[in-house]
Amino acid sequence: MKILVPVKRVVDYNIKVLVKSDGTGVETAGLKMSMNPFDEIAVEEAVRLREKGAATEVIAVSIGVQQAQDTLRTAMAMGADRSILVLSEESPEPLAVAKVLKALVEREKPDLVFLGKQAIDDDMNATGQMLAGLLGWGQGTFASKVELADGRTEVTREVDGGTETVSLALPAIVTADLRLNEPRYASLPNIMKAKKKPMETLQAADLGVDMARRLTTLSVAEPPARKAGEKVGSVAELVEKLRNEAKVI
Amino acid sequence: MSEREAMEFDVVIVGGGPAGLAAAIRMRQVAPEATVCLIEKGSEIGAHIVSGAVIEPRALDELLPDWRERNAPITTPVTQEEMYFLTEKKGYRIPALERVMPHIANHGNYIVSLGEVCRWLAAQAEEMGVEIYPGFAGAELLIERNRVVGVATGDMGIGRDGEKGPNYQPGMELRAKYTLFAEGCRGSLSKQLMEHYNLRKGVDPQTYGLGVKEVWEIPAENHRPGLVVHSFGWPLDDRTYGGAWLYHFGENLVSYGFVTGLDYENTWLSPFEEMQRTKLHPIFRPHFEGGRRLIYGARALSEGGLQSIPRLTFPGGALIGDTAGFLNTPKIKGTHTAMKSGTLAAEAVAEALTTERVEPASYTDRVRNSWVFEELHSARNVRPAFARWGSKLGALYSGFDAMVLRGKAPWTLHFKHADNETLRPAELCKPIDYPKPDGKVTFDRLSSVFLSNTNHEEDQPVHLKVRNMALWKTVNWDVFRAPESRYCPAGVYEAADVETEARLVINSQNCVHCKTCDIKDPTQNIDWVTPEGAGGPNYPAGM
Amino acid sequence: MTVLVLIETEDGQVRQASRSAIAAAGKLGEVHALVTGTEASAQAAADAAAKVPGVAKVRKVASDVLAHDLAEPLADVVVALADDYNHIVAASTASGKNVLPRVAALLDVQPIPDVVEIKAADTFVRPIYAGNALATVKSSDTKKVLTIRPTNFDPAAAEGGSAAIEAVVPNVTDTVSRFVSSETPQSDRPELESARVIVSGGRGLGSCENFHKILDPLADKLGAALGASRVAVDSGFAPNDCQVGQTGKVVAPELYIAVGISGAIQHLAGMKDSKVIVAINKDPDAPILQVADYALVGDLFEIVPELTNAI
Repeated sequence: MKILVPVKRVVDYNIKVLVKSDGTGVETAGLKMSMNPFDEIAVEEAVRLREKGAATEVIAVSIGVQQAQDTLRTAMAMGADRSILVLSEESPEPLAVAKVLKALVEREKPDLVFLGKQAIDDDMNATGQMLAGLLGWGQGTFASKVELADGRTEVTREVDGGTETVSLALPAIVTADLRLNEPRYASLPNIMKAKKKPMETLQAADLGVDMARRLTTLSVAEPPARKAGEKVGSVAELVEKLRNEAKVI
Repeated sequence: MSEREAMEFDVVIVGGGPAGLAAAIRMRQVAPEATVCLIEKGSEIGAHIVSGAVIEPRALDELLPDWRERNAPITTPVTQEEMYFLTEKKGYRIPALERVMPHIANHGNYIVSLGEVCRWLAAQAEEMGVEIYPGFAGAELLIERNRVVGVATGDMGIGRDGEKGPNYQPGMELRAKYTLFAEGCRGSLSKQLMEHYNLRKGVDPQTYGLGVKEVWEIPAENHRPGLVVHSFGWPLDDRTYGGAWLYHFGENLVSYGFVTGLDYENTWLSPFEEMQRTKLHPIFRPHFEGGRRLIYGARALSEGGLQSIPRLTFPGGALIGDTAGFLNTPKIKGTHTAMKSGTLAAEAVAEALTTERVEPASYTDRVRNSWVFEELHSARNVRPAFARWGSKLGALYSGFDAMVLRGKAPWTLHFKHADNETLRPAELCKPIDYPKPDGKVTFDRLSSVFLSNTNHEEDQPVHLKVRNMALWKTVNWDVFRAPESRYCPAGVYEAADVETEARLVINSQNCVHCKTCDIKDPTQNIDWVTPEGAGGPNYPAGM
Repeated sequence: MTVLVLIETEDGQVRQASRSAIAAAGKLGEVHALVTGTEASAQAAADAAAKVPGVAKVRKVASDVLAHDLAEPLADVVVALADDYNHIVAASTASGKNVLPRVAALLDVQPIPDVVEIKAADTFVRPIYAGNALATVKSSDTKKVLTIRPTNFDPAAAEGGSAAIEAVVPNVTDTVSRFVSSETPQSDRPELESARVIVSGGRGLGSCENFHKILDPLADKLGAALGASRVAVDSGFAPNDCQVGQTGKVVAPELYIAVGISGAIQHLAGMKDSKVIVAINKDPDAPILQVADYALVGDLFEIVPELTNAI
């Protein structure tokens, strides 16, 4: 059984991004880039299934600029067997990404596609669901537990107020939430070995996918800044302020 | 031990700053067959680089003469230079700077983001076949039969309690015929090497400075690319060495920072606050109007110069760059000397690879016969003069040394004390009343630390090792009133429960790897060791 | 212009989040509410939705396949109705986020998630980078598919309207997905992402035992959800789904009480859009104080019980 794991190169989780002073976007030049944290979880889950013998091959794929190869190397250092880089402009929209992935799914014929539930840059939370829709597959989004049995997968999902378990016919889409696992470190020996694992490079256009954006970003602004409020001296004063000034209790 | 994997290289380089990268490049130039592996504790090359930086391109001209064609991010030449002596309200511009302080004149130099220069150097090195692994710290020396045979990277996934967690990954042994240590000022492995091989025997104690830096973006109409401003005098007292810098470079960027000599005596002094309040001086303040602060960081630097450079080689390796102390303090520049030292060490190692000598000893001679030695020799008396006679007389001596003696004084001034010995007890020091941050030009420490993007995995052993906690109470608290809570530019150290039974709290996740605690702690009770790889600041481009 | 809004119900009522979606949709055109479920549950939902002011028409689709809001059949239902609408809207709840992107893909539309402000029929403001920036985006798709962030739109009232209910013949039969079970933790607490008040704890609480001993009574008293910093979760004080922050949940309640949380940037990214922030911390320099509307510096082990008693 093959598992396909799309991974995205994003501004590192530790970096505080700044809005460009001309309001055209977020400054990303020269920032440390890493694999989207939710995608790391997806890679980890796929690799664990292969290590358990439930899967035979884990293929990482990234769609974006040339430097996304670093992200794929990380995925392979974590245990993915090979990878595919689909070159396009930086951070294409989920609709285009889903179409590229659909083309790759038709080529690679995986039984499962594991994705992170959302990328921490555009926060779209859409690609997995969209790919499932395009393929007509079942979707187990926001997964905190994944089990395989009898040609189906049972996915426990994080929903409002608890969890819900669904059973999906394979092939299927799973998107990883935070609790699914704790991804491993890419160790130095594995990083060295990953340099020798195969990476195929394709052009998005070769897959016949229209990458045109549907959304135009008109402007990007900083959210209104919060100001430090006041220090209150006592519990009584706090309660009084919350009641009469802020009117929230 | 046995579970660690190992890999063999001809040369392993610890640290991806200018010295380490220059050495890596030079290795492949002079010994193209040699396998070269470079590790860097930052999450990427450049992530831990803090410097002004005005650089002198001399070493780069020699190493990669076609650096311009290779699109080096070195594009803002110095066009205008101002040096001020500050009093609280006024600034006096030093006239005829080129003659009075020729060492500081910057004609032909460039204002850069040193982090960007390092990223570019790393790309050149990789292109030449150097294997570069950021995110891995040299955590342990491998010494066999008294020869350094490489380093081991740190284990990952050890819990705070020291136990292996579910994600435990053992470190890896990177074994090499020769290992070059390019850890930057006060390297943690270099410290062990100096002790193990007694490398500091017969040299002056190293003396240090702490640079605290901010990068600002300012309105285009106020930006004067190529402008270099330096100051000395206020707000430091005459017994404290240091001053501010401010450079306009890049796209509407301003690099501003403040260096405080870590031989300061007043325990109440806070290098962070000195940096903050100097921005309010009328000479500096206008530069920040309408701007916004983008990045914050801090790093110690070696100021001792020639007298404080230890023996450079030992069996199986050498010290290069600022961990050896190649910074030219009066010039406030160390990038060119660091790169040159790395280049020379690489040449010595290439020679040793063919002769199979245990120690790449020709490195020392190569340094002695290079312009690095000449430069550091002529600058050697300036910093000690400040240490000995204070700022005003030190500056006078420095002018005399430069204009009359031209660096050729028949005497050499020495450093008598290590920086940890200079603090005076709290009751003998005058408390300093620093202004409260205004949130526009001046800021508090923790919101500053945010802008370093520093992070450490929470669940790991504290990487700031206090040897004897009891000593903290009796010395650091009772005598000096927790100087670490003031000198640490990242708010790592806090004195808690001071009303009752004072104790030290260490917020190690805030650490920006400046190494000041390792240097300044009065009893040398704190050892800075490498945390899990990739921990620490993530300085973006522009730093 | 007509807008289709996906409705979620809870205890026979239209969820507040869906009522916010109705209110937001009202800015775009005439609102039709879509209710789904089994024959019984869909009817109950339709009755509740019909009463929400601002709803012009309720469209009810009933089928046993639709019992559990599974994304696959639900998306097919929405797509079958989509021709009638310019906009398809849901609240950005777990269900909305699960279903609407699938709908969008089937309609060849790029969805617009987490809208916090509607500028025009095709122009929306949404947070990116965990709320560290707000992007104004314009959609060139003929149909717009969007989820709205409930806390940014005052909900429509639960009662007062009387819309007509139209039963639609379902177009779904079997599906690739099956509902197995749902697990709700034993708690009367509201959900973190939709709670009006959140009491959140950090490292300062010291242990899992203290976390609950100190915070539970306050949360009970305020009817608040419990949140936690990453450190608290990592230290095992609180379960993972309590985590507020960049990789946890991004929340924006009316009142956020941060107890013993220093306020690392990753945490602030997850809660700084709260309307009122209260910080209780012993460290007067803790960064959380930079964003708190009210800060009480002192020992949380004394302050929090006192606060619980005083409310």
